[in-house]
Amino acid sequence: MAIEIEQPSSVELSKVAVSETHGEDSPYFAGWKAYDEDPYQESNNPSGVIQMGLAENQVSFDLLEEYSEQHSEAFTWGKGAPGFRENALFQDYHGLQSFREAMASFMEQIRGGRAKFDSDRVVLTAGATAANELLTFILADPGDALLVPTPYYPGFDRDLRWRTGVKIVPIHCDSSNNFQITPQALEAAYKEAEAMNKKVRAVLITNPSNPLGATIQRSVLEEILDFVTHKNIHLVSDEIYSGSAFSSSEFISIAEILESRKYKNSERVHIVYSLSKDLGLPGFRVGTIYSYNDKVVTTARRMSSFTLISSQTQHLLASMLSNKKFTENYIKTNRERLRKRYEMIIQGLKNAGIECLKGNAGLFCWMNLSPLLEEQTREGELALWDSMLHEVKLNISPGSSCHCSEPGWFRVCFANMSEQTLEIALKRIHDFMQQRERQRKPISSQ
Amino acid sequence: MVSMLRKQEELLSKIASGNGHGENSPYFDGWKAYETDPYHPTENPNGVIQMGLAENQLCFDLVQDWLLSNPEASICTAEGVNYFRDIAIFQDYHGLPKFRNAVANFMAKVRGNKVKYDPDRIVMSGGATGAHETVAFCLADPGEAFLVPTPYYAGFDRDLRWRTGVQLFPVVCDSSNNFEITREAVEAAYEKAQEDNIRIKGLLLTNPSNPLGTYLDRETLRSLVSFINEKNIHLVCDEIYAATVFMGQPDFISISEIIEEDIHCNRNLIHIVYSLSKDMGFPGFRVGIIYSYNDKVVSCARKMSSFGLVSSQTQHLIASMLSDDEFVDRFITESAKRLAERHRDFTWGLSQMGISCLKSNAGLFFWMDLRHLLKEQTYDGEMELWKVIINEVKLNVSPGSSFHCANPGWFRVCFANMDDETMNIALSRIRSFMSKYKEAKMPVKKLCWQRSLRLSTSFRRLDDTPCMSPQSPLVRART
Repeated sequence: MAIEIEQPSSVELSKVAVSETHGEDSPYFAGWKAYDEDPYQESNNPSGVIQMGLAENQVSFDLLEEYSEQHSEAFTWGKGAPGFRENALFQDYHGLQSFREAMASFMEQIRGGRAKFDSDRVVLTAGATAANELLTFILADPGDALLVPTPYYPGFDRDLRWRTGVKIVPIHCDSSNNFQITPQALEAAYKEAEAMNKKVRAVLITNPSNPLGATIQRSVLEEILDFVTHKNIHLVSDEIYSGSAFSSSEFISIAEILESRKYKNSERVHIVYSLSKDLGLPGFRVGTIYSYNDKVVTTARRMSSFTLISSQTQHLLASMLSNKKFTENYIKTNRERLRKRYEMIIQGLKNAGIECLKGNAGLFCWMNLSPLLEEQTREGELALWDSMLHEVKLNISPGSSCHCSEPGWFRVCFANMSEQTLEIALKRIHDFMQQRERQRKPISSQ
Repeated sequence: MVSMLRKQEELLSKIASGNGHGENSPYFDGWKAYETDPYHPTENPNGVIQMGLAENQLCFDLVQDWLLSNPEASICTAEGVNYFRDIAIFQDYHGLPKFRNAVANFMAKVRGNKVKYDPDRIVMSGGATGAHETVAFCLADPGEAFLVPTPYYAGFDRDLRWRTGVQLFPVVCDSSNNFEITREAVEAAYEKAQEDNIRIKGLLLTNPSNPLGTYLDRETLRSLVSFINEKNIHLVCDEIYAATVFMGQPDFISISEIIEEDIHCNRNLIHIVYSLSKDMGFPGFRVGIIYSYNDKVVSCARKMSSFGLVSSQTQHLIASMLSDDEFVDRFITESAKRLAERHRDFTWGLSQMGISCLKSNAGLFFWMDLRHLLKEQTYDGEMELWKVIINEVKLNVSPGSSFHCANPGWFRVCFANMDDETMNIALSRIRSFMSKYKEAKMPVKKLCWQRSLRLSTSFRRLDDTPCMSPQSPLVRART
């Protein structure tokens, strides 16, 4: 498209439209741009930028492809496509019942059957992006606050705040205790919101955590639940990486805690899920809200009118996810492959002299490069990030874009590439570290 | 217990606790009546026939044939599975280039190739529902308003207002001049808004019109374009029924054509909402499109589209289908033909019974005039008649008041969501009702049963779990 010189437009757009809350000026996205302009490709562009800033799961596609090929009848509406019309017409915001049931069942399987899900409480949205925004519209008024533990997914700045007018007040976590959420931190964040005259409506946690790549411990979940109950506010648990925990037993869902408490006070709890990470299907836009609150379910369902899942996609996934044999095998295999990938990258980084937070889930690791910083500040971190991007040609995500209070941490994705590419990325890091080591030593001693 | 409940209510936002979801309108009450007693040719031949749902079911045979001949359009067939990985990963909010190209191509063909569309201006949304909300978020702040000619689609009250806080200010059109939109009416509404201290940010047109089934002529469009330029406000044109213009009627004129010829128009003010739900009959696929001539709006709407992207699986299918020029040409022509025939048969059948309709050339419905059957020319009178139509004639049609119509007694009747047999049964029911009415020469009220169709409250459960949503396709028309 030609670049036109803009005429001064005398009709204003809305405040929402002109605000920067869409968040795209963050380094999180700038790195993607650099990648887009110079993307690594094994044969065509071997010195291009390797994308390690995108939390995608590409390790288990073969399982999906195989399934699709073997069950194409089910997906293509059958011979003669008689089911096509019914499917193309289906726009009921309750969603296909078979699909809701399949989602509920899938979520149960991921939790090893340790929690039950009622398909009538499953509300469908076009991705977790929409689910998080929608819940915010329902739980908070403009100007109100959500408490979110740092570091957090950069997209929340847009998803939770942009069109809703709601504020995020951080719950500060740091490396002194592996970034775990503490009651003190919760209380401090609540007080901070109060001091700013903002009404706190909810705590939003991501479990397993993005960007930490670690699950939240049971005791911490209990504390968080007690906190929100005491303050009479909501709890949103974004569990989109639940199927990406390296072993089933490592992940404890808030649903399990609620069951153990016999669902007392559960009407303040809402779970967000999606198939974008666990199944590696971000393009299909499959998100869900699972709420224990009837009014939230009803309202969310009505609001989902703005963001329904394509009935074509619901139909495809209803088949796939209700095949228990397939899903059990998938979940197990996916966990195993992610674990292997994780170990590979951790070992590779260790060989390069780099430590990471001990992780047990997700598509990324939380890498500590603070020893490399010229100055222990955000600027120092961004300078290092810039080197990584333009010299080492790796796009990784700086902790500051995740609102991490400690400079020097980086999120590094490992599941969106082949093993070979990961090897190359690790080699580049290794070489980079060696080079820096040489630069530190005085010349005479070489 | 009561205090607990009150506490519960305060736990949710104002948006969640209010009625902005719009489901308390009579528009949806008829559907509830249908739901509890749906017509089926063999299993429930006396059930209510759904005529309140604007769906296009007349050309699915063409689509099904195409699907069988084009297995690679599905990523789940042996022919298409090679695309699976790349498609499943693709979440770029720009959308698949081939999808945008195909949609731009389709939009142009629907308009007889009299205009061209730039694929880079095509922005996705969660159906036209999502598109309208997004456009409202981009153009207006809470409390600001859009002018909307009445009668208008009941869903706008929710789509444009609920979460955005934007208002709708009616431009009243009435039967005295066949509900035409006049410059005078628009100016009058604008002035009234100024008096009421309401800031108008734009004018929203649905062209072809829902519920009228008419479309605007060149002169009116030019006049409205000049108006918005004068007042420096936006013009949002919902053209989702563009391809439903009946065969043999004058060409549809899109806003795109008008601005092509008008060099003085500030293009930054012009935005189109489109969708495949009506023209193609694919409401389930959630293919909404925002096409704006304003670069900033394109950019902003695109970012917002993250909240309602079209499934990449569906983008892939649509891209294949709509780039097949031969299929598209055939579909557009055949659909226009079948809609024309269905409309003609229905309205002719009604005219034989002394029921007239607004003269219309497009849409999946017609605007039926039942003013002569009202006991009193009031909205209450309209509701009374409507209850009779639902309970006794067993047809779900939509009362004009739910479209904010200025004159009571008009009803929107959908005709494209059923097969010929069902249409004939609907006509015969009306026929027998009308003959009873003529014989009895009694006010319509006395003929109605004492069935408990109460408005708004009785079917309104806070927990609507067992019911389908208002848009669910309930009529299983047989091909």
